[in-house]
Amino acid sequence: MGGLDQIQHKSSGSALMAIDPSKITHSPITGIMSWDALPMLYDPILLWTFIGTAVIGLAMLTAITKYKLWGYLWTEWFTSIDHKKIGIMYMVLGLVMLLRGFADAIMMRLQQAIAFGDNLGYLPPHHYDQIFTAHGVIMIFFVAMPLVTGLMNYLVPLQIGARDVAFPFLNNFSFWMTSCGAVLVMMSLFFGEFAATGWLAYPPLSGITHSPWVGVDYYIWALQIAGVGTLLSGVNLLVTIIKMRAPGMSLMRMPVFTWTSLCTNVLIVVSFPVLTAVLGLLTLDRYLGTNFFTSDLGGNAMMYVNLVWIWGHPEVYILILPLFGVFSEIVSTYSGKRLFGYSSMVYATVCITILSYLVWLHHFFTMGSGASVNSFFGITTMIISIPTGAKIFNWLFTMYRGRIRFEVPMLWTMGFMVTFVVGGMTGVLLAVPPADFVLHNSLFLVAHFHNVIIGGVVFGLFAAMTHWFPKAFGFKLDDFWGKLSFWMWLAGYWLAFTPLYVLGLMGVTRRMSHFDDPSLQIWFQIALVGAVLVGIGIFAFLVCIFVSFRKREQLRDVTGDPWDGRTLEWSTSSPPPVYNFAFTPVVHDNDAWWDMKQRGFQRPTGGFTPIHMPKNTGAGVVLAGLSTAGGFAMIWHIWWLAIAALVAIVGYSIWHSFNYDRDYFIPAEEVDTTEQLRTQQMRTQQLSGAHV
Amino acid sequence: MSEPIAMTREDGSPVFLDTKGDHHPQNGTLLGFWLYLLSDLMIFASLFATYGVLGRSYAAGPSGADLFDLKLIAANTAILLVSSITYGFAMIAMQNRNQRRVIGWLIATGLLGLGFIAIELYEFLHLIHLGAGPQRSAFLSAFFALVGTHGLHVLFGVIWLVVLCVQIDKHGLTRANTRRIACLSMFWHFLDVVWIGVFTFVYLMGVV
Amino acid sequence: MGEHAGQHATHDAHDHLEDGIPHASAKEYLTGFVLSVVLTVIPFWLVMGKVIPSPTVTSLVILGFAAVQIVVHMFYFLHMNAKSEGGWNMLALIFTLVLVVIVLAGSLWVMYHLNTNMMPALHDMQNM
Repeated sequence: MGGLDQIQHKSSGSALMAIDPSKITHSPITGIMSWDALPMLYDPILLWTFIGTAVIGLAMLTAITKYKLWGYLWTEWFTSIDHKKIGIMYMVLGLVMLLRGFADAIMMRLQQAIAFGDNLGYLPPHHYDQIFTAHGVIMIFFVAMPLVTGLMNYLVPLQIGARDVAFPFLNNFSFWMTSCGAVLVMMSLFFGEFAATGWLAYPPLSGITHSPWVGVDYYIWALQIAGVGTLLSGVNLLVTIIKMRAPGMSLMRMPVFTWTSLCTNVLIVVSFPVLTAVLGLLTLDRYLGTNFFTSDLGGNAMMYVNLVWIWGHPEVYILILPLFGVFSEIVSTYSGKRLFGYSSMVYATVCITILSYLVWLHHFFTMGSGASVNSFFGITTMIISIPTGAKIFNWLFTMYRGRIRFEVPMLWTMGFMVTFVVGGMTGVLLAVPPADFVLHNSLFLVAHFHNVIIGGVVFGLFAAMTHWFPKAFGFKLDDFWGKLSFWMWLAGYWLAFTPLYVLGLMGVTRRMSHFDDPSLQIWFQIALVGAVLVGIGIFAFLVCIFVSFRKREQLRDVTGDPWDGRTLEWSTSSPPPVYNFAFTPVVHDNDAWWDMKQRGFQRPTGGFTPIHMPKNTGAGVVLAGLSTAGGFAMIWHIWWLAIAALVAIVGYSIWHSFNYDRDYFIPAEEVDTTEQLRTQQMRTQQLSGAHV
Repeated sequence: MSEPIAMTREDGSPVFLDTKGDHHPQNGTLLGFWLYLLSDLMIFASLFATYGVLGRSYAAGPSGADLFDLKLIAANTAILLVSSITYGFAMIAMQNRNQRRVIGWLIATGLLGLGFIAIELYEFLHLIHLGAGPQRSAFLSAFFALVGTHGLHVLFGVIWLVVLCVQIDKHGLTRANTRRIACLSMFWHFLDVVWIGVFTFVYLMGVV
Repeated sequence: MGEHAGQHATHDAHDHLEDGIPHASAKEYLTGFVLSVVLTVIPFWLVMGKVIPSPTVTSLVILGFAAVQIVVHMFYFLHMNAKSEGGWNMLALIFTLVLVVIVLAGSLWVMYHLNTNMMPALHDMQNM
């Protein structure tokens, strides 16, 4: 294979390393940068990827410049502190990174479908290792986290009757820090390399001895920068939910999605610091030669594994809890019934939050901690499945005797119920330590976590995007393309991962780029077909957005409540005005908007007052940009640039803190105009007989 | 969030909108900063755990008993404790709206903080000079990471303190500034709390 | 999310601070200070003077003193009480403290077992 030969030719006979460690030289001006760091010069796959990306990127930049959109983008989007705009930007980031993460996935499926016996495939091991690492890092940190964060950002203030989050500027800053982490990951594709260690980068492999070049450093700095954004977002949403609820909205009257957001952000605030600390210690090992995780001088690599999973397990609950909240909202809306067992849903969520801190060792049962430790964590892991089971029953009981409408969000929910439950069950199976001894790090494990992540997180996100798209943009998504996307994803997921369950039970290990046993090949080929179907599903979703935009007048929603919703966001226009609510709602019951509709709520037609709002700011973009420069400098050992970036960040932050002029008032006349416009819009809808 | 808002009108119909504008969301800065401090506590917890696991891995090198000068640490502890009191006096001055006294007590706190950092820097340089730097063993790596992170936090607090003094001088004891003084107060006391853990768990138990 | 102009004119009384800033008194700070000094001097004396013969007992005693002093700081310096911010301050603190204990105790327990079982040639592997 051409690529493989060239790698071998390039790095003095070793196919395992992208660069020869003894050839790394350091210059005070340019650090360890070198022309060798441009892998596209010798790897045709990367060359064509670069050409493709450059063409698309340049086309976009040219288009934006040609239509003079930079000013608009800067003032209306990049510097916006409006939680709705920030939420949408997070979703855009997540969807763009989904394309990259999926590209990695299809590359792996292809390699594993063909690389048997003499056929080495088209990906040499060092490249394959970077792909599965990047796939995991991107999907978790730059697809799932931004999409979930974006959803919470968009919805929580609307659901609690607030006008924005507690710290709007911090919100903007958090978004840009996450984006800049993604920028660093993308940069590693064309300049340098990425980590080839798996998505959690265990030492000693991720230590400086065994990963001497820049891959692990890209990983570290991308995650540390993005992690700052996530942590601050967690604090932000927590304070928002605690302090900014509408009058009358006690905790037990909050929408379930807000409850799950509350618990998720609690998890974020207490678990992400552990990741910060452990990555910081790895950084010290790599840069200063300390001995936390080395093989000598007293280091203990298992401490890394221990700490990283103390973060890692709560992380997966951070991903899934908001989507459990989404399903609660969707099931009750499309069944036309109040959610069954609201209190038990709340208690189940709180239980999961606390228990998620007591199970982490199940990720390394096989590392030798012994029977007493393993049984403790095995039991706690089995216990944590119970509250989730309770939730499934509550959803089913909500649907029972409801008048169910099988709109696209409900289809995704049905897909979730069937798929996720199986994944949960394989999780309970893996929770049994003796079983895990056979299945740990096999393809069974890979199938399990994709089962729950795709069945739970991904299906939930598509359900959420379809359900709340009309609220955010004023028109529904096209039904046909939405349904096509769903069926392709559902069939594709099952076809792609059931073979992996089979292979795992047969003993096949994960993260392998080549196999010798030809009897396994058929399973990988089936899995490849499944991945292609998923690809069609993703494509269909993109087409759906495009087509819906073209047909937006047909799909227009002027009522603000296209699904006959139950919670407060549906009381606003679609999209909501910048201030969300002209008057703060007063809440009397669960499903506050449903209550208002039942009891004769009338839209106000006058008496509007000036509304106090925060100003836009470019500080988030600047600080995140400086952080990216600093991260890049640290990665390439350009010390003068790193110091300069740090000084600039501190200096700029101090300068920014001297700006006390951060808010303004929307005049009452403007509020009045906006509200009258909406009243007229809704009257048009009624007069034309259009009915939702 | 607990301003009394009428939930029903005189005719018994429910009030669905706060048309009078009685509802004011409370400011969340202090709660937000407290939650941030708790996340910082988790970072320290991870560092304490790392020290707990690796803190006896001397790699045939020096141990705490060999290296720690408890008199120096006692001095440092005293300095930090007194700085907590000086900050407390700054808070009282803020309550009494005495701007000059606030700045005065803040400066006293800052100077004590700088003293703490200076002593710690001296200690670190001395250890490195002895060949007991962070690269020598896992114990020393964990020691420098934990104590060093605490010291960096104190340094950051001093920088913030200086900036805040300038802002108080410039704008007075505005609502935004009093919030900032209260946040720094929480930060400063938090660092003293962490130091109790450090001098007990690292220094005293390292020598015992 | 920002002040409302003119809304809180009546609240600018001499001794009252808005935004949930807790009330401070010199008496509280001085009491806390004196208690902290005592709770610091005793552990230092116990260790430097090698007062208690057993190192384990000494360690437990000074850890106990540390715990008490932390509570003193929380109460007298940080004005921690169950009412501030509607009880959320205390709830958040307790939750975090529980997690700190889990991280510390859990890590020590897990790593001790890992080290014991997996350190080479220190014991008979048949016992695993």
